[in-house]
Amino acid sequence: MAGTITEKIFRARCGREVTAGEVVMAPVSGAMIHDITGPLAIEKFYEMGGEKVFDPSKIIMLFDHQVPADSLNAAENQKKMRSFAREQGIHNYDIREGVCHQVTLEKGRVCPGDIIIGSDSHTCMYGAVGAFATGVGSTDMGFALRYGCLYFRVPESIRADVTGRFEKRVGAKDLILRIIKDITVDGATYKAVEFTGDTIGSLNMAGRMTCCNMAIEMGGKAGIVPPDQVTREYLAGRCACPDRDLVSDKDAEYSSWRSYDVGDLVPQVAVPHNVDQVVDVDQVAGTPVDQVFIGSCTNGRFEDLQEAAEVLGNRSFADDIRVLVIPASKAEYLKALRSGIIEQFVEAGALVEAPCCGPCMGGSFGLIASGEVSFSTSNRNFRGRQGSAEGKVYLGSAATAAATAIYGRITDPREVR
Amino acid sequence: MQVWKFGDNIDTDAIIPGRFLTINDPKELARHAFEGIRDEFAGKAGQGDIIVGGRNFGCGSSREHAPLALTGAGITMVIAESFARIFYRNSINVGLLPVICPQASRIGENDQVIPHLEEGYLEVSGKKLPTEPVPEFLYRIIQAGGLVGFAKTIRSEDLCTR
Ligand code: SF4
Repeated sequence: MAGTITEKIFRARCGREVTAGEVVMAPVSGAMIHDITGPLAIEKFYEMGGEKVFDPSKIIMLFDHQVPADSLNAAENQKKMRSFAREQGIHNYDIREGVCHQVTLEKGRVCPGDIIIGSDSHTCMYGAVGAFATGVGSTDMGFALRYGCLYFRVPESIRADVTGRFEKRVGAKDLILRIIKDITVDGATYKAVEFTGDTIGSLNMAGRMTCCNMAIEMGGKAGIVPPDQVTREYLAGRCACPDRDLVSDKDAEYSSWRSYDVGDLVPQVAVPHNVDQVVDVDQVAGTPVDQVFIGSCTNGRFEDLQEAAEVLGNRSFADDIRVLVIPASKAEYLKALRSGIIEQFVEAGALVEAPCCGPCMGGSFGLIASGEVSFSTSNRNFRGRQGSAEGKVYLGSAATAAATAIYGRITDPREVR
Repeated sequence: MQVWKFGDNIDTDAIIPGRFLTINDPKELARHAFEGIRDEFAGKAGQGDIIVGGRNFGCGSSREHAPLALTGAGITMVIAESFARIFYRNSINVGLLPVICPQASRIGENDQVIPHLEEGYLEVSGKKLPTEPVPEFLYRIIQAGGLVGFAKTIRSEDLCTR
């Protein structure tokens, strides 16, 4: 039977013919828990009568949302998780490595064709290497920790076929914002979004991660890029992955098929308070901001920091705003450090923080006050997401964020010369 | 019973802001439900109250703290035109009943709502509003009071075989 890459993954893992729409119990190839949703998952694991997790080698733990512990509650939660990891023999990266999704991929925890769950909605990012990966809540996670499997509705797929070449300073973040504008915040609910076409093929892994990361912002259950040479090069040295048939069949069924040409795409900005409220940058250019945040699992990789540094050049950031730069992981931080761009950011007036989520979720430091405006490279601009419910969050690429940080108002990065 | 009405795209950051996620107790979480969005909710919502939303209710994060904050406030049922996937699933898992009702916008805050879910409708101050059926497997979880209850009764054939 013809199938999409997602259907093929479920067929292979379940060992039978399944099709989109069916609810199946499927084994999970790996699971990730972090400091926010982990404590509840552990509680649920025990409530279900769990004693030993199904397979400690398939589970990773790390802390990234509120690190180092920024309150007594956070410290207690992390302590509880540390002792669970020790008792169960689970690898705990603790606060050392950075943002969960970046680290999970970097550490070779995901192979093409895997079914991976994380107790975090942006787990869909792992589709960048051709896995089916989705975010679940704590009770689902507790169940999976205990039984090694979980119920899933095999999703239909939306195919997003992308062609054309990006103009300079336009890239994956602008593309995914454009796609979200088109599909809308709930247009992909229950569905997997499969990214295909020459443009996706020519995207590096960082760009693919940015696209898959934001599949959830359309309601998507997963984002996925069929694995190719770029994927294999990324995985080489990280993990030994089995060879699997991971190409959608030509006659596979899609719930919709959309085409995008990035040739005339300009920098995109999501305006408050929904991620599909996306406009061309010129429509909001000049809007004053109070804080610029360059980081997160969406755009905190070396490639993003490098692009921001290129836009910055030898200028300084505007001195009446706060600029926070937070690399997504230790590995990305070190790359940036060694290339000299961290120094460049510090010189220019940014506050560079150690790898973590930072202000992305508004649960730790770097909050915005009422009436303040944040320009952020992260993935959500919901009311109150980065602090006060009376604040505003705009989303865009690292290039647009850097240009905005130079002038203190939203700026088209193509105009910084 | 009181109906609390909300609009489209109510996200989990609105239901429970990120800064309260170190709290795991539903009653404690409930004290901050909809903080900054609808401040009177936390003090006034009571046992058996119902939330009515528009489209895409519960979008955003996977935080189970969101449905828990609602159960902690006494909410037993959320009715919406449509739900975001993770919230829908989390609600079922923690024993908060999510009801898909395409005509949810016709429910007002002063209405009395009586669910007849097996028959597929809500009785809303005399009107009958159709609801969408729940998949069989999920229905078993609802009947068990959530995924923890379901896990306790799980049969080996319910688990994956590979
Ligand atoms: S960086 Fe933001 S979106 Fe990514 S895991 Fe952290 S809080 Fe979530």
